[in-house]
Amino acid sequence: MAFLDIKQISKRFGTHTVVHDIDISIERGEFVTFLGPSGCGKTTVLRMIAGFEAPTTGAIHVGGHDITQQSPQKRGIGIVFQNYALFPNLNVEQNIGFGLKVRKLPRHDIAAKVAEVMKLVELTGKEAHYPHELSGGQRQRVALARALVVEPKILLLDEPLSALDARIRKNLREQIRDIQRRLQLTTVFVTHDQEEALTLSDRIYVMNQGRVEQHGSAEEIYTRPETEFVARFMGNYNLLKAAEAHQLLGMHIDGHMAIRPESIHVLATGSHELGTFEGVIRRHQLLGGVIRYQVESRGVQLLVDRLNRNAADLMPVGTSVRLQIHGDDMRVVR
Amino acid sequence: MQRKPMAITETVEQAGAPGSGATSRRRAGQALTWLGIAPFLIFALLFLILPTLQLMVGALQDAQGHFTLNNIARLFTDDILGAYWISFKVSFVSAAGGALIGLLLALAAIQGGLPGWIRPTLMTFSGVASNFAGVPLAFAFLATLGRIGLLTALLRQYLDFDLYGTGFSILSFTGLTLTYLYFQIPLMVLIVAPAIDGMKAEWREACESLGGGTWYFWWHVALPILFPSILGSALLLFANAFGAVATAYALTGSSLNIVPILLFAQIRGDVLHDQNLGYALALGMIVVTGLSNAGYIWLRSRAERGVA
Amino acid sequence: MKRTTSRIGAWVAIIVGSAYFLLPLAATFLFSLKMRRDALSFDAYKVVLTDPQFQATFSYSTLMAVLTIVTGILLVVPTAYWIQLKLPRLRGLVEFITLLPLVIPAIVIVFGYLKMYNSSALLPLTAHERSTDLLLVASYVTLSLPYLYRSIDTGLRAVDVRGLTEAAQSLGAGWGEILLRVIFPNVKSAILSGAFLTFAVVIGEFTMASLLNRPAFGPYLQLIGANRAYEPSALAIIAFLVTWASMGLIQVFAHNGRAKPKTA
Repeated sequence: MAFLDIKQISKRFGTHTVVHDIDISIERGEFVTFLGPSGCGKTTVLRMIAGFEAPTTGAIHVGGHDITQQSPQKRGIGIVFQNYALFPNLNVEQNIGFGLKVRKLPRHDIAAKVAEVMKLVELTGKEAHYPHELSGGQRQRVALARALVVEPKILLLDEPLSALDARIRKNLREQIRDIQRRLQLTTVFVTHDQEEALTLSDRIYVMNQGRVEQHGSAEEIYTRPETEFVARFMGNYNLLKAAEAHQLLGMHIDGHMAIRPESIHVLATGSHELGTFEGVIRRHQLLGGVIRYQVESRGVQLLVDRLNRNAADLMPVGTSVRLQIHGDDMRVVR
Repeated sequence: MQRKPMAITETVEQAGAPGSGATSRRRAGQALTWLGIAPFLIFALLFLILPTLQLMVGALQDAQGHFTLNNIARLFTDDILGAYWISFKVSFVSAAGGALIGLLLALAAIQGGLPGWIRPTLMTFSGVASNFAGVPLAFAFLATLGRIGLLTALLRQYLDFDLYGTGFSILSFTGLTLTYLYFQIPLMVLIVAPAIDGMKAEWREACESLGGGTWYFWWHVALPILFPSILGSALLLFANAFGAVATAYALTGSSLNIVPILLFAQIRGDVLHDQNLGYALALGMIVVTGLSNAGYIWLRSRAERGVA
Repeated sequence: MKRTTSRIGAWVAIIVGSAYFLLPLAATFLFSLKMRRDALSFDAYKVVLTDPQFQATFSYSTLMAVLTIVTGILLVVPTAYWIQLKLPRLRGLVEFITLLPLVIPAIVIVFGYLKMYNSSALLPLTAHERSTDLLLVASYVTLSLPYLYRSIDTGLRAVDVRGLTEAAQSLGAGWGEILLRVIFPNVKSAILSGAFLTFAVVIGEFTMASLLNRPAFGPYLQLIGANRAYEPSALAIIAFLVTWASMGLIQVFAHNGRAKPKTA
């Protein structure tokens, strides 16, 4: 049995079911992400793990114990919220020490532990500041420290980076991952940002409409989507309908064909290798290190990414190109 | 079980109810949630709702506890109707006057282009004055406009004007109304200020840019917008005056025949000697203040919708 | 030009209004100084302040006010908190109840007490002095409900009640600790302004105290008013100062509340 074992849980609010019989298992020390659009049920699952919502059916086990009926106070599960939820009346030190004070630890133990965790999140020197005197990134690090200092069995992160601006977000997310590795802390991270999920996670559960669409390592999810939804959500996959796939490649499939833009090769014009086909560039877009072309071929629109090495690489609109796709880069998805 | 509304489902976790759907635990959770406001509900029942209901029931009973409309019917005697009528007049005039003057003061302070310190000063002072009611207020007016009051004396000494010679008395209808205005006006300022704040400068600018003058703006735009707030506030002032006892009692003793004083005297056992008639008097007061408050709430909700 | 006339009108309104409010205060103050025939003096204040009856009734009313405030806060804060957190659909009902004391005149409420808790009733609270004190405090809590509830509810709305509660829960805090360490401190300024307003309303309250026959400051004021000449004016000034001090303290605390915004 896994460390955190979620068995067949579902959640209904009135007549509305937001989570349908989900199974999730997470090993000790793993960093797992629930990824999906807003309203997919990921936060509800997280809140059920924390104990803020009770599952309508199913059970949650941690370390072999059924905690489904336990109150949040007794679960020993830390949580960091998107909007920080710092106590406005307490300063940084008191906020972080809150959980220890509740546990009635001796004062000098509290001070020592708080100092230690403040060093970990690089907040030393901010002890006496109040939440409203801190930047968003600092507030979130206080929230993280507050959850970490009580040494939770599991750390839950509910979109902790969404309220921050891009630069701080990247910085903090590396810090979170770093701390998590160092402490070997079982962590569940909820986000709607696929890039965040890919860079942080050991494993990802992609969720949609209250169900798990697919789960696996970041690499698996990104390169081998199993459903149309995952392919769409994870990146700029070319998704060809069955008819388009037939038109372009002469293949008969059920469902959709998913092809990543960077796996389509652009060959020198004039080459007539087997399995290549002709296209015309209709539009291009510079994405920093990558140039994204929209190529029309046999009546089908394809996105093709090429590295942007130097200015001469840019092919003007109207250029004819030959494209090639390897068989294992074509994935048929449901 | 599937049809539980959200708030109830949320409660379940607090009770530590199981995930595998044991209905009894779920019910226990719901009960526990209600327990959270039980102290308040019990308090309200014991010290607000039940005592009032008891009076209402008492108003419909005779001394032996049998149902009767006799007490209500006995309200319609000259004496009691007269008291209701004077109460009504005092409340009406002090509410109307308070509303009008309070509105003008609030408008002057908020939109009159006066220095910035005027407004907070007026608001703070209104907070004080609207709470400076009761016995001390009566003393203040006796010291000012009583028979030997300072203003009365000054008028006689310097202007050779005999205030009491005109028939005025602080113990009269006029005197009481003048005294009530002391807390009615600031109360109006406090209630109506948010409504005036809700008036956008753009409305006036739009009106002016379309050729409407000041009077046009007030008559066709501002007053129609403010009207529900003003009328609603006036109703609140009316109820406020109608229920007031202390000021009137300290000012006039039992000499002015208004309902709260009649009721006060009845409870003290000075007059009437009839519990059930007293209950009917109380019921009459609740009906009057209840109606005007209902009017206030209705108008306020209309005003909020109008501005939003 | 139009602007100028309207500004003159505004000045006139404010000046006439100020005169109406300041004149009685000035007159009362002057009157209170006239106890000695030949000169102005604070004799009336001396008489009042050294009157053992004054001291006794004022302390009694202060005690009642404090008990009222403590009871009111203990009753209202958890209720408003719980409504916000768990029972938002009952908000309307609770608000309606808290507004009832504005609808039902104080004299009617106390009349109801006298009927419901008389010495031959099921719960004869009026039979003993201490239990009548209890009834008086309950009546004052009732009177202050509209102000207290509104003030605290507004304060709570400015705070992320749900988020803070869940954060505290996940850190192991129970309900008592959440209320004491998280909720109360964060609505402190709202609680304090409600408390001072309650104090101002309760300290000179007459109707309830008089009809429940308790030795409070309000009935004492009335008694002095009926029997003395200059002392009532001194008392009115004292009462006014107490009200003013309460309101001033509300301003101070409301200001502090704003200086430390609760955004985190």
